[in-house]
Amino acid sequence: MGLPVRKFDALVVGAGGAGMRASLQLAEAGLSVAVLSKVFPTRSHTVAAQGGIGASLGNMSDDNWYWHMFDTVKGSDYLGDQDAIEFMCREAPKVVYELEHFGMPFDRNADGTIYQRPFGGHSANFGEKPVARACAAADRTGHALLHTLYQRNIRARTQFFVEWMALDLIRDADGDVLGVTALEIETGEVWMLQAKTTLFATGGAGRIFAASTNAFINTGDGLGMTARAGLPLEDMEFWQFHPTGVAGAGVLITEGVRGEGGILLNCNGERFMERYAPTLKDLAPRDFVSRSMDQEIKEGRGCGPDKDYVLLKLDHLGPEVILKRLPSIHEIAVKFANVDCTREPIPVVPTIHYQMGGIPTNYHGQVVAPRDGDPEAVVSGFYAIGECACVSVHGANRLGTNSLLDLLVFGRAAGNHIVDFHQRNKEHKPLPRDAADLALSRLARLDGAAAARGAGEQTQDVGNALRRTMQAHCGVFRNDELLTSGVSKVMEIAEQVRRIAIGDKSKVFNTARVEALEVENLIEVAQATIVSAQARQESRGAHARSDFDQRDDANWHKHTLWHRAGNRLSYKPVHMKPLTVDSFPPKARTF
Amino acid sequence: MMENGSSFPAGAKEPAVIDERSWARLRWRCRRGMLENDIVLARYLDKTAGAIGEQELAALDQLLDMNDNELWDLLSGRTEPSDEKLQCLVRQLRSA
Repeated sequence: MGLPVRKFDALVVGAGGAGMRASLQLAEAGLSVAVLSKVFPTRSHTVAAQGGIGASLGNMSDDNWYWHMFDTVKGSDYLGDQDAIEFMCREAPKVVYELEHFGMPFDRNADGTIYQRPFGGHSANFGEKPVARACAAADRTGHALLHTLYQRNIRARTQFFVEWMALDLIRDADGDVLGVTALEIETGEVWMLQAKTTLFATGGAGRIFAASTNAFINTGDGLGMTARAGLPLEDMEFWQFHPTGVAGAGVLITEGVRGEGGILLNCNGERFMERYAPTLKDLAPRDFVSRSMDQEIKEGRGCGPDKDYVLLKLDHLGPEVILKRLPSIHEIAVKFANVDCTREPIPVVPTIHYQMGGIPTNYHGQVVAPRDGDPEAVVSGFYAIGECACVSVHGANRLGTNSLLDLLVFGRAAGNHIVDFHQRNKEHKPLPRDAADLALSRLARLDGAAAARGAGEQTQDVGNALRRTMQAHCGVFRNDELLTSGVSKVMEIAEQVRRIAIGDKSKVFNTARVEALEVENLIEVAQATIVSAQARQESRGAHARSDFDQRDDANWHKHTLWHRAGNRLSYKPVHMKPLTVDSFPPKARTF
Repeated sequence: MMENGSSFPAGAKEPAVIDERSWARLRWRCRRGMLENDIVLARYLDKTAGAIGEQELAALDQLLDMNDNELWDLLSGRTEPSDEKLQCLVRQLRSA
């Protein structure tokens, strides 16, 4: 062993919105808190969130948390846990007002109250009419949130470990989580970070797909560590696609473009959405537009030499409208699609945007896993929140504005629960003798004999093969044939991952080592995703099977759990009982 | 993942003026919260392939200290750099 050890009351891995909301709660309660982040905190992917934070403040018209809860349950295609959803929607106004007091620069109404904008899927009176529920800071809500939380954390003396990468969980013989092993990227030193509680807020793993709106840092590190520690991942078949990512780059083209009158065309110049959605056309819900686009491509009506994208036409709006109302779109089209969108259409494809599944937790943020007949036994000392967690409030499909809300509500709740745990558990449990073995053996393998002989696999080649395979076999269009062959291919790639070797053995800022470690996390998430998707023989929310095109509540109204050992699946019931109100039973999802 | 990332060029024609460690550190700090910035910076790094001068390095360090929205505003031409020392680098990044 012999690794240096640092000891804290609480450890937070990830410094996006979720991690920093939780760490704030902990530091303000007087705990010693260490927050690890691969990048500087305000450069976390939360910065990319534009839309807003959903909360039933009722500043624009009548609203209440029960209506918000209904929208979230329905949006989830009835796979969301209704206790967690009730908790989130009830807490929403509280966390928004708290942020206001922290100094978050929300947009305002003339009377000084927080301005709220309408957003797809949010309604008043159980679907009767749209309601304005999104609290935003212009189109930079995520950015404002990160800065507000970072400043507040500095004030509360949270300790940030910037450019540190967590490697593996430390668990003892009881299965309790006692901290992590971590790599200080700048020096290459490996440490053991010991804590009474460890909270993962490591974000999603959108980089398992070739077409992704996610930043390069989103490699699912927390999910990889969780899987390697012998804990399951929940509902990993559910990934939200955004219909209009720039083909080949992934960069997002906002829905506002279609709102302003932009239309989608196939290779025949046909406005195909008229066929799929005669009323809403190009403004149908995200998952519906994505599936229609994919259908066009699969049936040979895609554009370009490989017929693998469709076109987003907006030149008919005229240069004034485009440059005035959609200025950033013009830049994005030039930079990432090499087209002048005032004259030519933009090539677009459905693009991975958000991971609904993750590390299974309850609504206190505690990680839960099956043990001794209990499908949801608490893993002592371990918490997860935000996109890396599956609590599950998003179920099979996330409602816009609920991602920022999720990280605030559960960041705060997990923080409070950890403070309580800290008060009840005065001592740190001793670290087991083998605490660092897993991480050290992985590092040793990367530096190992294969590398010396030049016989190992290259990180970049393996990573690219994985992304291409996931895109081709587990994208919008899914059926048994594609998924089954995809599972075999991903398993082959998993073998290649085990043979990755790095030539550069230096310690200081060895990014080759970091990138190899990231691929080891991506492969766990990819296996969980495609194995879970292959098994689920129904269409629900974002998981659409052409061979099972209906939702099947009789057989599939349940959560998937993927277990790394043996690539095995098990299932557990959906929580249909809310905390205080009547349950919303599954109904057909129509818009 | 730095899919478009480049490794340090062993046989680069121009003598690289920064060492391998500084280059690695720079590459890591080009990991951002927004995909737009990731891509533009990765393209630039691929193009320069380690042959970057001290002045350029200082300018890049200054840019990388910005938050992602500020940086993207500069890279996409929505804003212009106030600091003269940054102008040349921003032009190169925009054309990358």
